Amino acid sequence: MPDKKWIPQPKRPRTPIPEQKPEERRRNFKEVALGYTAELAIQEAYRCLQCKNPLCVEGCPVGIDIPGFIRHIGEGRFEEAYYTLKKYNFLPAICGRVCPQESQCEKFCIMGKRFKPVAIGRLERFAADYFMESGKKEDFKIDPPSGKKVAIIGSGPAGLTCAGELAKKGHKVTIFEALHKPGGVLVYGIPEFRLPKRIVDIEVENLKKMGVEIKTSAIIGKLYTIDELLEEEGFDAVFIGTGAGLPYFMGIPGENLNGVYSANEFLTRVNLMRAYMFPEADTPVKIGEKVAVVGCGNTALDAARTALRLGAKETHIVYRRSKGEIPAREEEVQHAIEEGVQFNLLTNPIEIIGDENGWVKALKCIRTRCGEPDESGRRRPIPIEGSEFEFPVDTVIMAIGQGPNPLIQETQPDIEVKRWGIIKIDEEGRTSKKGVFAGGDIVTGGATVILAMGQGKKAAQAIDEYLKTGKWA
Amino acid sequence: MYLIKEIKEIAPKIKKMVLEAPLLAKKHKAGQFVMVINTEKGERIPLTIADKDPEKGEITLIFQEVGKSTIEMGLRKPGEYIYDVVGPLGRPTHIINYGNVVCIGGGVGTAPLYPITKKMKETGNYIITILGARNKDLFILEKEMESVSDEFYQTTDDGTKGRHGLVTDELQALIDSGKKIDLVLAIGPAIMMKFVSLLTKKYNIPTMVSLNSIMVDGTGMCGACRVSVGGVTKFVCVDGPEFDGHQVNFDELLKRQAMYKDMEEIALKKFLEELKKKEPCGGCHA
Repeated sequence: MPDKKWIPQPKRPRTPIPEQKPEERRRNFKEVALGYTAELAIQEAYRCLQCKNPLCVEGCPVGIDIPGFIRHIGEGRFEEAYYTLKKYNFLPAICGRVCPQESQCEKFCIMGKRFKPVAIGRLERFAADYFMESGKKEDFKIDPPSGKKVAIIGSGPAGLTCAGELAKKGHKVTIFEALHKPGGVLVYGIPEFRLPKRIVDIEVENLKKMGVEIKTSAIIGKLYTIDELLEEEGFDAVFIGTGAGLPYFMGIPGENLNGVYSANEFLTRVNLMRAYMFPEADTPVKIGEKVAVVGCGNTALDAARTALRLGAKETHIVYRRSKGEIPAREEEVQHAIEEGVQFNLLTNPIEIIGDENGWVKALKCIRTRCGEPDESGRRRPIPIEGSEFEFPVDTVIMAIGQGPNPLIQETQPDIEVKRWGIIKIDEEGRTSKKGVFAGGDIVTGGATVILAMGQGKKAAQAIDEYLKTGKWA
Repeated sequence: MYLIKEIKEIAPKIKKMVLEAPLLAKKHKAGQFVMVINTEKGERIPLTIADKDPEKGEITLIFQEVGKSTIEMGLRKPGEYIYDVVGPLGRPTHIINYGNVVCIGGGVGTAPLYPITKKMKETGNYIITILGARNKDLFILEKEMESVSDEFYQTTDDGTKGRHGLVTDELQALIDSGKKIDLVLAIGPAIMMKFVSLLTKKYNIPTMVSLNSIMVDGTGMCGACRVSVGGVTKFVCVDGPEFDGHQVNFDELLKRQAMYKDMEEIALKKFLEELKKKEPCGGCHA
């Protein structure tokens, strides 16, 4: 490609992304952000300065050639932009939607110093959507068969990425998924209005086209142990990407009352089991008139916004820290506010109060103030004595985080774990057991889609190396 | 997709279904359960494997038709396919030689009880079985249970078979007779397990119960099945399904089991209306 001169337009304001209006979308499950048109994408691309030493790339956990793909978009070479992305990121349509760009690539964008950063995530999404909608067949470059077999446990972001990378290298890959649909958190956790399921389906189909076999409803630790996979089923290596599927509760009185959900349960019922279609679909979900969601991460906001869409009159976030500590993406917080989710910050639940039939009727909370930073670097919430109050609600959703599912570790005690069942790995993604690698939330304890993908990719490189050399350092 | 080899009614509203599932037949251990999804839009229904034949590659499920999903599943025919079956889930029963074991089955709870009793017998335990039902027609697996028992008792609420009374009456009689009891294993409705546990607690007899709480995924992911055991929250699907009956908060379990009662009624009503339209004969299932 001849090097056309790139004339950036830094003074042009960041191109807004067309969105469904809040008053409409708060009652439907269609995607909130509609995506750039080709025109808007080109317009936004030209805000990129094409830095010689691009800082954005350093902020990207998978090191995407960001100026490269943006330049392709600016020049109207959308397909090329897609393949540039794919070189680094196996799931660009997904990352373009759910990555926390504001704390990664876009945080470092030099444009952000004086103006607003280039909308890297939106451009990524555009390039991926453009390719998907073009109906073009993806060109999978696959190495000749290596004769090696790899088992991937879990079909979330880490597992899908690892599977894709290994399939490219010519290895025979089988994914074992515990649920009846592949996609992990992308399917059971993240709601349709943020990540349409058809996007995940397309990516899964792509993997199948690359020769990856996906076994659903196959629970490792129950149907097979890892030892059985290695010794009896003929796998040469195993990647554990089982995520953080175990919901945490606060341990306060009343948590087992009817009407108290974990965010996992609430979202799984709605997303995976399609409870929003009840009674067309068989799985029900209870939505009261007044819903309190405890926590303020992305999962909490997903639950709050889902509750609104299911018809809750009022939905409240209850969060013990202040605005500055909110872990959710800024854009999601903004969207939630626009849709009418109410934020009760510096408020911590201390008890859930039930009625005589065992149903939730109120959440007892205490006000907090910010103290000194704790080990997480965030200011510790300190309860304000005497500030207790009752907050009438009929549904409480606990979204205070989740930990690793213990099924694998229980049957495989030779895989070393750290605190809370988090699997210990080295820099390459190797566990303490020969031939077994791990990545994603099972080693971080709960992070982002892109970090999980980054680890899946890294582990894939180490697995490939191991399969070729047989060396286990 | 799982092929239905056989399906038949073994007692009023209780169906036995044999599925082709070679891997599950091979891997299942007594005390474990599976999640069954009848149709593409179906719920995930936790059911215990009542029997298995690893040679033929078959598992037997026994379920009671109580709501939309189970009634719909009961209408399926041999040769059709069940959408999905996931398992084996939960911890297997800890089976050792305890000595004298009283196995108590209430209603459809006899289905999960049978493979455990069988294994208990094989392990050298002296098996005293008590089966309870509302009336004589509602017993299931009587012959099977009797064949693995050293002593076999039945009770009915209406006196149509065995002792007129509850399983706890028979258990009380056993205790009063001075029989040494090393373990009681009770599986049935939560209310039955509650009263069995209350009784054995008085006499300090170790008691295991197998809980049937509401579940979604069955793999520890959702927490719908949480139950208080000794004041600590446990997940029935991964920590259970068996627990020390003396530690379980049955009142909480009973309340939680009723959480979706109104919605279950809505689903059932709609289903029966649709069925009526399809079967103008009047719908034998209404």
